[in-house]
Amino acid sequence: MPGPKASDPASTYRMMVRMRLAEDHLVAAWADGLVPGEYHSGIGEEAINAGVVMHLTPGDTVALDHRSTGPMIARGVDPLSLMLEVMGSEEGMNRGRAGHMHLMDPELRMAADGIVGSSGPLAVGNAIALRQLEEGQVAIAFHGEAAMNQGMLMEAYNMAVAWQLPVVFVCKDNRWSITTYSASVTGGNLVDRARSFGLAVETVRGTRHSDVYAAAGKLIRRARAGKGPGLLYATCHRPGGHFEGDPLLRLTNNPITEIGTLANDIRRGLKAPRGSRADVTQGLRELTLRGGRAARDRARGAMRDPVRRFRKQVAHAQAAAIETAEAETMGTAMRTAREMVGIRPVFGKQGGAG
Amino acid sequence: MTSMRYGEAVDFALGEAMADDSTVVTWGEDVQLIHYELLSRFGPTRVLDTPISEAAFVYAGVGAAMVGLRPVVEVMLVDFLTAAWCPVVNAASKFHDFSGGRWTIPLVIRARVGGWYADGGQHSQALWGMLASLPSTTVVCPSTPDDAAGLMLSAVQDDGFVVFLEHKLLSERFLDYLGGDSRNTVDFQDVVPAGGAIGDVPVPVEAVPFGSGRIRREGEDLALISVGVGVHRCMEAAAELAAEGVEATVLDLRSVAPLDREMIVEVAKRCGRVVAVDEDYLRGGLTGEIGAILLEEGVECSYDRVAVETTIPLAPNLEHDALPNSSRIVAASRSLLER
Ligand SMILES: Cc1ncc(C[n+]2csc(CCOP(=O)(O)OP(=O)(O)O)c2C)c(N)n1
Ligand SMILES: [Mg+2]
Repeated sequence: MPGPKASDPASTYRMMVRMRLAEDHLVAAWADGLVPGEYHSGIGEEAINAGVVMHLTPGDTVALDHRSTGPMIARGVDPLSLMLEVMGSEEGMNRGRAGHMHLMDPELRMAADGIVGSSGPLAVGNAIALRQLEEGQVAIAFHGEAAMNQGMLMEAYNMAVAWQLPVVFVCKDNRWSITTYSASVTGGNLVDRARSFGLAVETVRGTRHSDVYAAAGKLIRRARAGKGPGLLYATCHRPGGHFEGDPLLRLTNNPITEIGTLANDIRRGLKAPRGSRADVTQGLRELTLRGGRAARDRARGAMRDPVRRFRKQVAHAQAAAIETAEAETMGTAMRTAREMVGIRPVFGKQGGAG
Repeated sequence: MTSMRYGEAVDFALGEAMADDSTVVTWGEDVQLIHYELLSRFGPTRVLDTPISEAAFVYAGVGAAMVGLRPVVEVMLVDFLTAAWCPVVNAASKFHDFSGGRWTIPLVIRARVGGWYADGGQHSQALWGMLASLPSTTVVCPSTPDDAAGLMLSAVQDDGFVVFLEHKLLSERFLDYLGGDSRNTVDFQDVVPAGGAIGDVPVPVEAVPFGSGRIRREGEDLALISVGVGVHRCMEAAAELAAEGVEATVLDLRSVAPLDREMIVEVAKRCGRVVAVDEDYLRGGLTGEIGAILLEEGVECSYDRVAVETTIPLAPNLEHDALPNSSRIVAASRSLLER
């Protein structure tokens, strides 16, 4: 499926809207108890996903992390089969074995892996095979900024450069690693780090689709031509938190109820007869700082919505028509998925079906 | 005695150990938020967030233990501990032996295990069989709050390498961290064993020795042997069997390494029928080890086992079938009774 051209804002907008709607529906299904386990939405990453995926041709590979819904939808996975999979149905694209962290589509050559950092070495392996068997194809690895502290990802950068492989790493920097502020556990600067490995690096604001598209195009063309690997560093936001029910987000969203429980426990910790008195104020400072940063970044994320921002590139009537059509498609997919999943006997208290 | 939740009991024991001994420290991903009570009590030098660098921060635990600290290195899930398999296999479990016994390496790895809440095959494994295969390694998995506290205390006080496995299904705080409490549409009440999630804990905490099992239920017809949440599934199966007039003993091993050989042999001899139940994989693991002990000790008994034989699926119904649920245990028990 050749992707839409950058000169075609309508198709781009459609792709982004489809990703957002799929996420919105899955987030709601999670809240209704229909998505088992965790759900990491990619809300806020649409411009990056579209900007990269639009350059891909059939045969290119994509290694994904735990935010895999967006790229899967963008590349053309059937929304119903994806939704069913995420909801743990045996009718899903992976027969209910995978869930959102392990979505697998061999035809599209896309695979998600929940082990942080693993998309790097997987893409390196994909690239070794592509170079030997299907020259001119490219391997993509999506990962977060916190994944850049994982050894195997740094090792993968090195291998990619040492062997001049056709691979492009896409780092989505949302500043957070679950509830840890990434900068607080990361030495140096990530862009410098990537450059020092010998990767060609492009830096963009991931909320601006056109910038992502241009930068990704440069790196992907280069890699296809055998000129070596690259890393696209794109900043973004995670307005939905790390996953649905994110404890930090709950705190910033409902401070009055949530702080109550937290405060009791913290007070207990502080008042414990035996502890490290010297350190207690510092501990509290860490927690306060974290809450503050989370609140700030949440507000920023809400303000800088990549989908809303791109909407301006499309005429109003056309944008509205796209929204209506896609709402119908995605809404039908989710309605069908809910009907098929029905009420869960063991797992869900209320069904949420229909 | 104080009533505590399972996860709370672990943190309580760790907190008391940290208060007793300033060389006890803990680090791992998100520990400052997950254990904010410990953070507020001991500060960020002793409760330290790590980057996502498992291989390095576990290896670093060995290094710190070599120079006088007693680190409790937390790995969010045991599935991710495999990214740090090298320090586990080649250092933590080895250096004491390499030194000819001269160097003590008091390292605890604390990791969460287990499924039943439908989180998929990379977030639900037990893996204690792999860990327990290593020489000079203690592996424990408590099934109740008092054992959770007692085993954590023993783990911190021990001079060797201990892997402390905390079952997520019992760990209310961790299920909540994963988003649990924020949706009231999902209720784990049917799967979370009440007797494991909350219970009385002696204060001060009493250390529980490694390699000592605990009888959870007495019966003469058959022995169900397990660890962790498997113990609770055995209790459910035993209740079902009791309705049919069959009385089962349930043995909670508490430690996967060392195993309580004596108690295994004792219940097997007494009951003459053994079902080994394991939330870990069937092959190369705990259930086979129990069978080997019975053969080595020349115990005459019939034996069957219920364990995990497939990649754990995400779909809740498929996950339930893949894990050692009480129906599977009852079926195995009946087949022994009918022999
Ligand atoms: C090896 C490994 N360690 C830890 C985890 C738990 N975990 C899941 S996502 C995540 C944070 C990832 O942060 P980042 O790479 O920045 O991606 P983001 O979630 O911010 O998109 C962590 C620690 C994991 N899945 N795998
Ligand atoms: Mg991040």
